[in-house]
Amino acid sequence: MPLPAKQPNVRVVTLNIDGRDLSAREDETIIEVCRENQIPIPSLCYLEGLSVWGACRLCLVELSGQGRLLAACSTRVTEGMQIQTNTEKLQRYRRTIVELLFAERNHVCSVCVSNGHCELQHMAQKCGVDHVRVPYRQASYPVDSSHEMFRLDHDRCILCTRCVRVCDEIEGAHTWDVMGRGSDCRVITDMAQPWGESDTCTSCGKCVQVCPTGALVKQGTSVGEMVKDQHFLPILARRRHSQ
Amino acid sequence: MSTPPKITVATTWLDGCSGCHMSFLDMDERLIELVQQVDIVYSPLVDTKTLPDHVDVGILEGSISSEDDLEKAHAFRKHCKILVSLGDCAVNGNVPAMRNHFKLADVVDRAYRDTVTFQPQTPTQGVPALLAVVKPIHGVVGVDVFVPGCPPSADAIWYVLSELIAGRIPEPSAVTRFGA
Repeated sequence: MPLPAKQPNVRVVTLNIDGRDLSAREDETIIEVCRENQIPIPSLCYLEGLSVWGACRLCLVELSGQGRLLAACSTRVTEGMQIQTNTEKLQRYRRTIVELLFAERNHVCSVCVSNGHCELQHMAQKCGVDHVRVPYRQASYPVDSSHEMFRLDHDRCILCTRCVRVCDEIEGAHTWDVMGRGSDCRVITDMAQPWGESDTCTSCGKCVQVCPTGALVKQGTSVGEMVKDQHFLPILARRRHSQ
Repeated sequence: MSTPPKITVATTWLDGCSGCHMSFLDMDERLIELVQQVDIVYSPLVDTKTLPDHVDVGILEGSISSEDDLEKAHAFRKHCKILVSLGDCAVNGNVPAMRNHFKLADVVDRAYRDTVTFQPQTPTQGVPALLAVVKPIHGVVGVDVFVPGCPPSADAIWYVLSELIAGRIPEPSAVTRFGA
C-alpha cells in the first residue's frame, strides 16, 4: 500500500496525541509523527525506509469521533485530529493480535536462533502476553535451507512482508513475494522454488536483516546467536529516494 | 511479635526437562529465607508421596503429554487454591509440543524402534499412555498465574513466590518472557 510521494511544499497541521498538542506536515502519517515525538507505538510490519503495508495492525490508534480503530502507519495526519495511542482497549487488541500470531505458527522461542533478539518475542513481553488464550493451530511448515548462506523457517514467519519490500524497493531484485491466502500465506522466492535455486537472489542478505523474527536467518547460527542489524535501511532508503 | 503463618506449596514436573525445578533451586541462599515462609508439602524435591487435600499454591512444570500428566494437572487444580504454570512447556507446550506435527505412532516408533539397535520395542508396562496432542496446562485446567521462560530465572521465580506469599497475584511479564 504505497502512500503518495511527499510534496516539497506542504501545509503544517496541528493535532493532539495523548493530550499533547503537536504540529506535523500534512503528508506525514500518525506513526511518523509519534516516532518524531518519542510517543511509543508498537509495530511489526512497519519499518522506516520501506513502503507502508499495514498488515500487523499493532499500531492501531483511537481517533476521537471515529468508531473504528485506525492503523497509525497508513493514516495521514489531518488538522485537529485527537488521537489516543495507548488506551485499555488498544492494549487489549494488541495483546490479542500478538497471541494470534503465536497461535498461527510454531514460534518456539527457546529453540529459536533469534531467541533474545526477536521483535515478536519482545512485543509479547511488552504487551503482557504471558500465555496464549486461543488453541494453537499446529500447522506444519517446511524449512528451506537450500541457500548456501541463509535459511527460511516458515514456522517463524509472521507475514510482515518486510523481506518482500526490502528486496523490491531497496535491493531492486524482487526475489521475494507472497503466495496463498489468509493464514496459509507463505513468502516465496521467485516462482515458489527453493531459495538456493533462485536466479534473481543476489545473496545481499537485506531480507534476513529486516526480518523481525527467526524466519530468515544466517546459516550456521545456533539458539540465540542470530542478531540482526537494520541500521543500513534508512541510509539506503534515503539514497534510493533522492535519486 | 508472631511470625505470619507459612503457606503450603506443592510442585510437580510433567512433560519437561525439570529445568524449571533446577531454576527454582538456583535461588541459592534465598531458599533458606523461603523455607521460613513456605512449607513444601509435595514436590520432586521432597519425599511426600501424596498430594495433600488443601494446598495454597500449586506449581506445575512441563506440558500435558500423557495420561499421567493429565491426572496430575486435574489433581493439582482440585487441591490447590492458586495454580501456577511455570516455564514455557507449561505455558505454551514448548519443545514437547513440537511432536504435535507428527502422528503419535510415528513419534513412538521414532523413539523406541527406528533409532534403537538392541531389542527395539514399545514400552507398555509401567509407563503412562501418551496423548495424541501435547497441550499447555491451561489447555486442560484453569491456571491463575503464568510464568513463561525456558526456564524462568531464579529471580523471576523468587519474585512470583514473594508476591504470592504476600497475598498478591504477581505479573511476571515484567521479569520474564517466552524463551527467557
